[in-house]
Amino acid sequence: MLRLILRRLLESIPTLLVLIAVTFFMMRMAPGGPFDSEKRLPAEVETNLRAAYHLDEPLYQQFGRYLWNLAQGDFGPSFQYRDRTVTELIASGFPVSLQLGGLAILIALLIGVTLGSLAALRQNRPADYATMAVAMTGISVPNFVLAPLLVLVFAIYLGWLPAGGLGEGDGGGWRNLVLPVFTLALTQVAYIARLTRGSMIEVLRSNYIRTARAQGLSTATILFRHALKPALVPVVSYLGPATAGLITGSVVIETIFGLPGLGRYFVNGALNRDYTLVLGIVVFYGALIIAFNFLVDLLYGWLDPRSRE
Amino acid sequence: MSAPAVGAASAATIPEAPRSLWSDALATLRHNRAAMTAAIILGLLVLLVVFGPLLSDFRYDKPNWDEIAAPPLTQGHLFGTDSLGRDLYTRTLMGGRMSLLVGLVSTLVSLIIGIAWGATAGFLGGRVDRVMMRIVDLLYALPFMFLVILLMVLFGRNILLIFVAIGAINWLDMARIVRGQTLGLKQREFIEAARVSGVKPGRIIAKHIVPNLLGVVVIYVTLTIPQVILVESFLSFLGLGVQEPMTSWGVMVSDGALEMETAPWMLLFPALFLAITLFCFNYLGDGLRDALDPRDRSGR
Repeated sequence: MLRLILRRLLESIPTLLVLIAVTFFMMRMAPGGPFDSEKRLPAEVETNLRAAYHLDEPLYQQFGRYLWNLAQGDFGPSFQYRDRTVTELIASGFPVSLQLGGLAILIALLIGVTLGSLAALRQNRPADYATMAVAMTGISVPNFVLAPLLVLVFAIYLGWLPAGGLGEGDGGGWRNLVLPVFTLALTQVAYIARLTRGSMIEVLRSNYIRTARAQGLSTATILFRHALKPALVPVVSYLGPATAGLITGSVVIETIFGLPGLGRYFVNGALNRDYTLVLGIVVFYGALIIAFNFLVDLLYGWLDPRSRE
Repeated sequence: MSAPAVGAASAATIPEAPRSLWSDALATLRHNRAAMTAAIILGLLVLLVVFGPLLSDFRYDKPNWDEIAAPPLTQGHLFGTDSLGRDLYTRTLMGGRMSLLVGLVSTLVSLIIGIAWGATAGFLGGRVDRVMMRIVDLLYALPFMFLVILLMVLFGRNILLIFVAIGAINWLDMARIVRGQTLGLKQREFIEAARVSGVKPGRIIAKHIVPNLLGVVVIYVTLTIPQVILVESFLSFLGLGVQEPMTSWGVMVSDGALEMETAPWMLLFPALFLAITLFCFNYLGDGLRDALDPRDRSGR
């Protein structure tokens, strides 16, 4: 176990290095810089600024410096938010994104697996067709279309839920999260429902389920005790892409609903050439995705003993 | 009852003339009502998007300050006008042209890279295969959307860049699928025959492997196009994709979302077109997969 973790850690280093290098050099090769603005800064001020942020050094030296600081957990200072470090910004934005994404994936799993299993039990009957049509709609309506429509209906016409922001005070917080979490979850609900249906149908057809049926076990027992675990294998392997999708989706959702999460920091940072902030977020999410994929592999081994080495 | 039974069930008892994979698939597809409807709607949509703007009384890029945000069906504007008084119907169709074009071209880019990569890795096998697929694994772990957003922000909002950038993120799935298929094909006799008779690997891949991958490729093309359209709209929504006065559905949804309290039609029409298009592509893709992928036939 320990060896496996160690090996995966070592394997993730080149991936992260490639990611850092690509992002770093892409940003530096692009025209424009963090100190461009409507009003040109006096030449001396700009020279001093560049020196203070080490932008006057040769590129490879800057890259080395960045890696060295990163190895010590220092993401560097932000260019855009002058007196804050990127580490602080990530620390303040990530809890928001984590809450949003975490809730979304939980809801997606709960609803998606339930719907998918029900559809499988009623294969080729109206309930199945209806569920799959809804799932297809979920896949086909992008979240940036769904979000404004939901705001229009639930916040503007009906006035039930706030249109954006984090909200404060008693009960204000969770009501602000309802629309963003639901919007973010819906696409994943659809994918998970389709995956669960497919694998559940296959599992329900297998011999040991037929044996269980022949022994007179109830449908509920068969489903929960015997069929669910193997049917979840493809769903688990989809969790990696799902997380990536949630992170991408959070960029749009956080922008639309005005939530101060990492996605919004990223878009603003990119637009303002905030080299260190953008790089920091990409590296942070890259590491997160790698870690998450590892967890998924472990879970996979638990669900499907055949995949263990 | 009177109609002759079609499909594999009858083939077991009555010997019939051999049918090719394609005619067989086409027959299956024709019986899939959802997929056929999707194909017809898509066909009509393409015709509308291509010829509609030519037949329209309005230009997509001409503002009219007297008819700002006119509701649908006023002054000859079928869908109304946008906040600059431009005809929304014409703009929706022009946006559709752009979205479909991006969908096709970017899919083609990802197709070319994916097939070349996957077929080479699968056919050569061994160490080359391991290294090439390791690279794919490595790329899978990257937060690609973030890199594409960066690319668009940094290097200008160039339409060519959109094609390439989106194509470049979608080839990974294609490469994996193609490699898997190639591994299977490689064992077949006709490939062996080609190899024994001294045909070079590059030529075997191009002449014998790739044509036999067509079925899988067709499925994934129909499933990749909606994904690509989605990515383009996503970028355009963030203001990073297609630029004014040209438009795409993503741009229009983004503009419409700003005005939705006063002029909801600006959001609804492009959103509807976008959703219908994605819906149809997905249904068609699913239908094709059922028709062309023999592994899935067990249940019928």
